[in-house]
Amino acid sequence: MSQSLSYTAWLRLQRRPSALIGLAVVIAFILMAIFAPYISPQDPIATSWGAIRKAPSAAHWFGTDEIGRDVLSRVIWGTQASLMAGVISVSISLLIGVPIGLLAGFVGGAVDAIISRITDAFLACPFLILAIALAAFLGPSLTNAMVAIGISAAPIFVRLTRGQVIQIKVEDYVEAARSVGNPPWRIALVHILPNILPPLLVQATLAIAAAVIAEASLSFLGLGQQPPAPSWGSMLNTAKNYIEQAPWMAIWPGISIFLLVLSFNLFGDGLRDALDPRQR
Amino acid sequence: MTSYLVKRLLSVLPTLLLVSMLIFGLQQLLPGDPAKILAGEEQDPNVVAYLTAKLHLDEPLPVRYGYWIAGVVQGDLGESVRTQLPVLSLILQKLPVTAELAFLAMCVAIVIGIPAGIASAVGRGTVWDYAANVFALWGLSTPNFWLGILMIMLFSVHLGWLPASGFVSPKEDLLGNLASMAMPAFVLGNAIAAVLMRHTRSAMLQVMQSDYVRTARAKGLDERTVILKHALRNALTPIITLGALEFGTLLSGAVLTEQVFTIPGFGKLILDAVFNRDYAVVQGVVLFTATTYIMLNLMADMAYFWVNPRLRK
Repeated sequence: MSQSLSYTAWLRLQRRPSALIGLAVVIAFILMAIFAPYISPQDPIATSWGAIRKAPSAAHWFGTDEIGRDVLSRVIWGTQASLMAGVISVSISLLIGVPIGLLAGFVGGAVDAIISRITDAFLACPFLILAIALAAFLGPSLTNAMVAIGISAAPIFVRLTRGQVIQIKVEDYVEAARSVGNPPWRIALVHILPNILPPLLVQATLAIAAAVIAEASLSFLGLGQQPPAPSWGSMLNTAKNYIEQAPWMAIWPGISIFLLVLSFNLFGDGLRDALDPRQR
Repeated sequence: MTSYLVKRLLSVLPTLLLVSMLIFGLQQLLPGDPAKILAGEEQDPNVVAYLTAKLHLDEPLPVRYGYWIAGVVQGDLGESVRTQLPVLSLILQKLPVTAELAFLAMCVAIVIGIPAGIASAVGRGTVWDYAANVFALWGLSTPNFWLGILMIMLFSVHLGWLPASGFVSPKEDLLGNLASMAMPAFVLGNAIAAVLMRHTRSAMLQVMQSDYVRTARAKGLDERTVILKHALRNALTPIITLGALEFGTLLSGAVLTEQVFTIPGFGKLILDAVFNRDYAVVQGVVLFTATTYIMLNLMADMAYFWVNPRLRK
């Protein structure tokens, strides 16, 4: 993205309060994840048999869970798992999807046909079902969940990148770069890639929201972060067994997932509007 | 039109073939010897040898795929190592439950999503539009398993109106069945309603600016007829296609919803298989789901022709 385009996009983004609120909440969650060791009131895995399923109070603002752990501390530390899963799995998707999509769109012909058919095959498997199957074969852990989500979401980036490259590669400036003797790899990386970044950035932001939900879903099913490490999804998995006795166990992790996903969606929507060429 | 439909049908075959390769390839992700993993902790050499021979693990990968796909084509998806039952029969046993849940969820999504999208487009910039967009954001950002828990808290624990979990067969008690499916169907349909609302809104906004809608208004038709007969009919085409893509969300969401409400469907089958390392069942369920998804998309393409007479020419 050129500097002027980034600046214009930033100005447009500033005119969208919902996007700015989304960005602010995302930043707040990032700070919470980074400073978790300092702001967490208690050890998130320390059990207390004298404080089992205690309702929210001055000592435990969000209450305690089934083995006396402080829910607030677990929610704060759980931010790390969710944000890491969101960012790392989308990075995996980008690392797989963008080069393959660039190759398919730029080279075309048989290479494009083969890559497109394989992408179709991946997209034919429902995202979470594929992620569950991958996590099952790789083994349940947060790392494997991130790999599973990253691989499952990669075809979306292959398709998006390919489509953008096909549009851009016939532009005059790409023809000009070709006519002055630039090698294909240079044209693809220096002239095409920077110009397809805006839609990729928007998709990546929205994909982080989907990845956060996917990680929470896998952890909820027992295929993500493993106990006793805190994760919002696994907290909800435990909480569903204590709905009557300790409803607070289910409220806070759920609100956290909702807020983080909503914020990424708001920011992503705002970013799309700010970067959409039709709005310029 | 016929040639298009034949081409479209034939285009499904390579996708199905690649999907089968992808799902077969999942087994290669298992660290170590699959026979030893399947043989359990004891790893009895006789059992390992039996499994190696049975699963053709001593043969090259393409040959193993050949054996597997030949079985799949004949309806043999393998055998569950836990129950010793054919995978296909396990799937068919659970299918009616998940199919009912998916059908009811889609009904909820259509009943909420499409009218909300129409109201939002017709009343662009009004409080209806604002409310519909807030609803869409809520639907897209709420994890359905959390919504399920919240609904259990309200409707089962506090109000006592609906059962918190379990499944009642419609053959035994139709009202009981609907009561047990009401919350799961709403939970599953909620996110899809949000997506349908967004698709309907943008399709309606586009159609409402077209010449034929302007003409219909100029003829003096009442607004209701213009919207429902002229605009919505044309807006339905993209809604059907994009809506069909949501079947994937529906099938994925069903796994989580069934887990929250303890419904003995597909979701429970795949999760039990995952935790029992019953890999043939996992592969079978993923293959069945992907094939269903591809076929539903094909049917959506066919529906295109049904709702849009111009394409039939």
